[in-house]
Amino acid sequence: MPETLYQKLEKDVRYIEGLKACFNCGICTAICPAAEVSDYDPRIVVDTVQKRDESELEKLLKSDTIWMCGECLSCKTRCPRGNTPGYIIQALRALSIETGLFIESHQGRKQLAVKRTVGDHILKYGYCVYIDEVDNDMYPEQGPVWKWLRENRESMLERLGTSYKKNQSGTLRNTSQESLDDLKKIFNETGGTKRLEKIEKDSAEKAKELNIDFKEGKDDYFKYLYNE
Amino acid sequence: MKTRKNEIWAAYQKEIANDHYYFARSCIRQNFFPAAENLYIDILRNALGKDIYDDARQTTCTGIAYHSGLIPLETTMTVIARQFALMNEAGYENFVVSCVTSFGLYVETLETWKHFPETEQKTREALKRATGMTFSIPKNLVHASDVIYKFRKKITEKINLRLKNQSTREPLKIVDHIGCHYAKIFPQEGLGGAEYPYVLAGLIDEWGGQHVDYPERRHCCGFGFRQYLLKSNRGYSVSNSKKKFDSMQPFKPDLIIANCPGCTFFLDRWQYVIAEMEGKTYGENGYGIPVLTYEELAGLLLGYNPWDIGLQTHQVTVEPLLDKLGIVYDPEKKYKGRNGEDIGIPENPQVLRCC
Repeated sequence: MPETLYQKLEKDVRYIEGLKACFNCGICTAICPAAEVSDYDPRIVVDTVQKRDESELEKLLKSDTIWMCGECLSCKTRCPRGNTPGYIIQALRALSIETGLFIESHQGRKQLAVKRTVGDHILKYGYCVYIDEVDNDMYPEQGPVWKWLRENRESMLERLGTSYKKNQSGTLRNTSQESLDDLKKIFNETGGTKRLEKIEKDSAEKAKELNIDFKEGKDDYFKYLYNE
Repeated sequence: MKTRKNEIWAAYQKEIANDHYYFARSCIRQNFFPAAENLYIDILRNALGKDIYDDARQTTCTGIAYHSGLIPLETTMTVIARQFALMNEAGYENFVVSCVTSFGLYVETLETWKHFPETEQKTREALKRATGMTFSIPKNLVHASDVIYKFRKKITEKINLRLKNQSTREPLKIVDHIGCHYAKIFPQEGLGGAEYPYVLAGLIDEWGGQHVDYPERRHCCGFGFRQYLLKSNRGYSVSNSKKKFDSMQPFKPDLIIANCPGCTFFLDRWQYVIAEMEGKTYGENGYGIPVLTYEELAGLLLGYNPWDIGLQTHQVTVEPLLDKLGIVYDPEKKYKGRNGEDIGIPENPQVLRCC
């Protein structure tokens, strides 16, 4: 018999660690920055998963809900019963991608845009964010000082004593090919590569269904997900 | 006035190694405050006489991707294990983390291995298969600001300046922001815990400022990981920072001092955005409230030139703070490139006043 969603979920240490027993006091929701600015309620998420209803769990995995959390983990400090809704969310997000259900929600589909920015930067540069990729069109809040710094980065980063584009230790140094190879091999060995490929593959199918151009990098599907 | 409340933080202490550190860099700090980490290393080596190793082979810990739901926990733990292996190869045992997101994740990894020993074994096997490396767990693992806190009195011995307004002789009013992942996940790992964080407040007290415990002091800056990374979701981020600014403004802070790279960035940049979008500024006379990291503050008091330590890369201009402190600076040199090269100056925002 194929594994149920709950059987998969219960293998995740973050689910085991995150869910003890919730008595619905709602303190997590009271402290939650996401609940304050969006239609999100961690109390309901925890209460839903502890019901152990397979169809309810599937609905959650297909929903925008699990993608609204900001992972600040303020809930971990506050829960009087030792639950961590933020950990449960991490486990639910992983399962949503593993099962391909992430493409059923608008917020879930946006994982492709996250993958094509921070995910790809890790394997290309060895950094989650890298100055060459952070322009003011994609990140207008960076403001005019960043625009000036970025346009003059070779001069300014040298003036500030960094190792930008240099093969030596220091700020913004080039990550060596050997270190990048290590990262790639770790990703291959531990499911990171499989996760990123799964996001690309399932997203391609969804883009086709939505009739939006899907290629690679900052294509129309990326722009749709990133901006809207 | 000292009260019982001021002393509560004292229950939360932790061991911070005395010397010989392996330095793990921050992705955000290297990009957005590109002089901060070299300043940190310089203060440790030259002002405090400590040994700190800066390894060219290190990489990101993957933390931003991990907390965005992108990278499996197994992948992140194995990348972290590789960093430990590099520390071992360099001959160090004390691990200093420059990023609060990374610090939280390193501690979470160690706690996961403690509670689920099979995950440590699997990580060891994965690292060995992928890279041939083995590792020992650090004897001591702390955040970079913890070391500055530990040696705050040593720094005091080397500074002539105090956090006082040189015109009025009044202490500067300073708010701190330690970042959620410094102590909210594992309060016992943060100086002062999650409720009465003291890692930065202790610097303010030691260096003569007035620490302000404003109502939303503990609220998240609003990074939200994927919520910020996606342009469509950034309302989450700016809304949470705004809640903090609105809460601190009645106390008229002269300075925000921040612990976490992301928080430093957001508390700086969202002031610019709120000014341009809503016409609202939080500092005096149309300026913003300057935002500094702990080493930038220490560096100013130690006499480093503000333009050598990268304070011109902040969007919120720092001159109002320099003037209050009585620090002499050359405005002409602020935006010069290498060897004094003229590379132009940033455009002025429409609303937020900049020098």
